[in-house]
Amino acid sequence: MSALAQVGYVARRSIVRTSRQPANIIFPFVFPTALLAVTSAGLSPATRIPGFPSKSFLAFFLAFPFIQGALFATMNAGTDLARDIQSGFLNRLALTPLRGGALIVGQLGGIAVLAFVQNCYYLTVGLIAGVRLESGIVGGIVLIILATGVAIAFGALGAFFALRTGSGEAVQGLFPLLFVGLFLSSMNLPRNLIEQDWFRTVATFNPISYLIEGLRSLIITGWNWEALGLAFGFAALLAGAAMVLANWALQLRLTRT
Amino acid sequence: MAQAHGIEAEGLVRTFKGDITAVDGIDLSVEPGEIYGFLGPNGAGKSTTVHMLTTLLPPTSGTGRVAGFDIVKEGPKVRSAIGAALQEAALDNLLTGREHLRLQCALHGISRAERKVRAQELLERVGLTLAADRKVGGYSGGMKRRLDLALALAHRPTILFLDEPTTGLDVQSRSALWGEVARLAREDGVTVFLTTQYLEEADALADRVGIIDHGHIVAEGTPAELKAQIGRPTVEAIPADGATPEAVSRIMEQFGEPTGGSAKGVAVRLEHGVQDLAGIVRALDAEGIKLENLALHAPSLDDVFLAKTGRSLEGAAEEEEAEVEA
Repeated sequence: MSALAQVGYVARRSIVRTSRQPANIIFPFVFPTALLAVTSAGLSPATRIPGFPSKSFLAFFLAFPFIQGALFATMNAGTDLARDIQSGFLNRLALTPLRGGALIVGQLGGIAVLAFVQNCYYLTVGLIAGVRLESGIVGGIVLIILATGVAIAFGALGAFFALRTGSGEAVQGLFPLLFVGLFLSSMNLPRNLIEQDWFRTVATFNPISYLIEGLRSLIITGWNWEALGLAFGFAALLAGAAMVLANWALQLRLTRT
Repeated sequence: MAQAHGIEAEGLVRTFKGDITAVDGIDLSVEPGEIYGFLGPNGAGKSTTVHMLTTLLPPTSGTGRVAGFDIVKEGPKVRSAIGAALQEAALDNLLTGREHLRLQCALHGISRAERKVRAQELLERVGLTLAADRKVGGYSGGMKRRLDLALALAHRPTILFLDEPTTGLDVQSRSALWGEVARLAREDGVTVFLTTQYLEEADALADRVGIIDHGHIVAEGTPAELKAQIGRPTVEAIPADGATPEAVSRIMEQFGEPTGGSAKGVAVRLEHGVQDLAGIVRALDAEGIKLENLALHAPSLDDVFLAKTGRSLEGAAEEEEAEVEA
């Protein structure tokens, strides 16, 4: 049986599981859009700051739900895998010819499908609220591809944590940590407008800033190749590193001969 | 050619961090088509042995062959020949029984058309057709165990490992599962390696029994052979009100040596076996001694465990639990 077929079976299970857990669907759809509405209403005067890159704070902030949705993907991928470890389901899978890599990729395949649907929803909400995509329709497609890639990267990180700790609680503990990382980025303001030196420094070294800026560039700037390159680069780097780590953790956990 | 082979292990050892030796040099030989009962209390090393034989855990030392394949060097071949239902019914509460079976069949490379037929066939076999499309989260313990067994059989394995398959089940579910396991061995020729802490389960199902304690096999043989090692049955008489235990004891001791009985009773191990029973009844009657109860105890596997380890199986389980809690 091909590895691709195995990935398909695991991904299908992941999608079925997610579709049967309303909380895993409702929260990633409701919370990011609610925060988008509240924050853009509350911080809209920020657009009057000289040098602010957009006249619409909603357009500026629209990148946020894509990243927050990706953080939910971390938790979903991780807790699902942790549950499989705790329940012994991983051992059941280990007794089949399933390849370790196919398990991780399949799990992430399910996350990617959910993330794709989420991202289409966030973009639609933004467009309905009046945001105009400066990069056009193609930019919208690239935005969804990039955001889905970011979700896969974060999902792989969640899978790594689950495989290393074997605990759903530990994975859930990762969520607030990443959320702090999100707040310590250029989420609310462009980095050049952050006046606190320490905050600007943290945001500059924070890879999440570049993920947000890449997504944001497609919405408010158009085709900014540098921002896009950095965003795709960091997403690929994060995804690659997390996949390697997840695979390593799986090898440690699956001691099958 | 896997059918020509059963399970063999030589000097199997598994140690864990902290210098804990869970399995300490086990030798095993299970013939094809045989039901082998692996009996022991919690923490005796049963599950660790199963994990090694099913390739989920590499042994620290020793060798093992399952279905003719080396458990260390030929893990994938071993896995393709075996089915396993491990200690906890590892199921996904969000999937239905049918979805579980189709996924299991798919991962074993069974074609889409055959998958559908096989899933239905197995659901019928374990009596889950009506619940097939319900989520497993709503299944009872017995239903989960039956589904677990069906999953282990999805790819038609020649060797089946069942790790405490009836723990926590009610009598009816237990009996149904025993029936299916016995049928698998008798009709389909499946070799069954069954771990249990229930004496009656090993007694009812197993062709041969290995008794494990503290990582060692302390006794092995057919249930009849093991009981025969312990020897003759015992009989216990409980005097009715008014009869003196001393008088009962004096008569009973003519038929065998005294053994520990209940607080109110007098027990002896019969010198000539069951045939002494009639003599005891006649002798007691001749003395006019009335009894509240007279019971014959055939040797049980618990007697075997007691004789080999100095503890009863039930006591050993409690001891292990106390050790774990400490």
